[in-house]
Amino acid sequence: MTVLDHRHHTAVPGWLPGATAPRADPAPLLPDVSPVRVLGTPALEKHDPALLRELYRRLVVGRRYNQQATTLTKQGRLAVYPASTGQEACQVAAALALGEQDWLFPSYRDTLAVVSRGVDPLEALTLLRGNAHTGYDPRAARTAPLCTPLATQAPHAVGLAHAARLSGEPVVALAMLGDGGTSEGDFHEALNFAAVLQAPVVFLVQNNGYAISVPLTAQSAAPSLAHKAVGYGMPGRLVDGNDAPAVHSVLAEAVERARTGGGPTLVEALTYRIEAHTNADDATRYRTEGEVTAWREHDPILLMDRALRELGILDDALVQEAADEAEALAARMRAEFHADAELDPMALFAHVFAEPTPQLREQAAQLSAELAAEAEVQH
Amino acid sequence: MAQALNSALRDAMREDPTVHVLGEDVGALGGVFRITDGLTAEFGPDRCLDTPLAEAGILGTAIGMAMYGLRPVVEMQFDAFAYPALEQLFSHVAKMRNRTAGKLPLPITVRIPYGGGIGGVEHHSDASEAYYTSTPGLHVVTPATVADAYGLLRASIASDDPVVFLEPKRLYWGKAEFDPAAPVEPIGRAVLRRTGTSAVLITYGPSLPVCLEAAEAAKAEGWDLAVLDLRTLVPFDDETVCRVVRSVGRAVVVHEASGFGGTGAEIAARVTERCFHHLAAPVVRVTGFDIPYPPPMLEHHHLPGVDRILDAVARLQWED
Repeated sequence: MTVLDHRHHTAVPGWLPGATAPRADPAPLLPDVSPVRVLGTPALEKHDPALLRELYRRLVVGRRYNQQATTLTKQGRLAVYPASTGQEACQVAAALALGEQDWLFPSYRDTLAVVSRGVDPLEALTLLRGNAHTGYDPRAARTAPLCTPLATQAPHAVGLAHAARLSGEPVVALAMLGDGGTSEGDFHEALNFAAVLQAPVVFLVQNNGYAISVPLTAQSAAPSLAHKAVGYGMPGRLVDGNDAPAVHSVLAEAVERARTGGGPTLVEALTYRIEAHTNADDATRYRTEGEVTAWREHDPILLMDRALRELGILDDALVQEAADEAEALAARMRAEFHADAELDPMALFAHVFAEPTPQLREQAAQLSAELAAEAEVQH
Repeated sequence: MAQALNSALRDAMREDPTVHVLGEDVGALGGVFRITDGLTAEFGPDRCLDTPLAEAGILGTAIGMAMYGLRPVVEMQFDAFAYPALEQLFSHVAKMRNRTAGKLPLPITVRIPYGGGIGGVEHHSDASEAYYTSTPGLHVVTPATVADAYGLLRASIASDDPVVFLEPKRLYWGKAEFDPAAPVEPIGRAVLRRTGTSAVLITYGPSLPVCLEAAEAAKAEGWDLAVLDLRTLVPFDDETVCRVVRSVGRAVVVHEASGFGGTGAEIAARVTERCFHHLAAPVVRVTGFDIPYPPPMLEHHHLPGVDRILDAVARLQWED
């Protein structure tokens, strides 16, 4: 018997069905290696003009949000800000593809998706400002906290979607990740669980080319990250991440598929991080200016502006309206973050357990005494 | 004890439809220790779910389920098999209430069979409690009796905070009557299992029967040993521990986990800080050695036994 005979076990007489029987439904076809594009194609004309205008408006406001947050970081007003500049199409399309009852599970770079979901832009920044971990109510916003460890929020999305399905609610969970996150074990475990449970969950990988400084070629040898879906038994879709209507339509289709019992989907959006990883990063060490310039020419706002004008659904009035809204938001951010936040140190002990342990009560008393002594000295 | 744990799960699931059990082999097999025996048959595969074999995925999925309003009970098959899930436990389970200012509490119980003494090969016998006790945000509970196995598991499942529920696997086969109708024992209270005047053995979980045996043997030396069962490591019952130590004046902390940086170090430090003037001798620790868990044919040299406990008691300088 050759080695090959072992591999083709269906040809070996006496193999036991049940133990290794192939799935009744064949695995989906391999994802197309050319990404889905809508802008600049006839498909754009089929899109709802109101949705296209809304995507445009959110892209412009989102870009300004990214720029202002980055400036606030340079001024020391935010502890850190991982900008999604250049990736705004993924952010706003993700939020718009979800219904109000659905849940978003963002990574640390997805503040803009959180804002686009309706969370107050300043509350969404508390983690990165450094005054509180999560400034919004995740349950009210149907948005999990920004997740700093890589890919660990993906199984949470699966669990929530699974629980929702058991309860009969038509709720879908969307987990957002970066390309680096696809190397983590939690990513793979989440995909496997999602497929086995047929959970109504969508995974959106924003492949921006780099995991801090490590390029995709050193991250994965797969033909595309979307191909990773196949081994788990779910569809993988590849989309131009700078093409907002394309991202929206692919995500909307995946969300609909999940909502109607079709199970999970993995979407890879090809995009680019124009800014450095964070303010602590020097992107010139690992990528060329030429590369950045090329991607600037494939900017999501630029592409959208050009295509919508050609279609005759973008006029100067809307451009001005979006620009005004963006400036108003930036002004609000500057005003709000002009002064240091007023914080109550006793809040440190507020939410460790439902009831503080005796040990925490003692430590709270200690801090309280320290604060009283400090106040005494200042008088 | 295994039967008591099984009853606790069954009764909790009967009373509260949001209680869901998940883990590897918890379905048809009933768990490798049969703690989940019959649950899938009674409650169906959605309530007692056989998952793929991936501990981070199991606990991560449970987190999402808890976020949606369920009360998951997770089984980690063996102590050392829980390690792939530590990031989920440390970074999310322990912190979610704090990260969300109380908006997303996670009422998850993580059951982990732990400790040695059953002849298990490597990776099946770790006493890993110190990892959990040094992680703020987790309650850490470990029963030593059949009644506590039932009562404390019920209390853990009912808790709105995450609980790491450490099951001493060498006590699984211990037999005793228990009353499921008895009032549920709250988490966080130590109990004096035996009164004594010469010294108190402070212990928990798998080491309780060893300490009771040592206390019995100590009578031959003329020593009258008290035995205190902590039952819950977090929150720690300083009040009861200090009351007993102050009245007895000498204390030995006994656990089978390694000593360095272990739970016993914390207990000895707390007792010394709070009871120094009541102590006639330093607090002594009796623990496993600071070695990776040994092969089963050597484990009896590693695990604290009666003799090692009595040697420590002797070191408490009775003469002065």
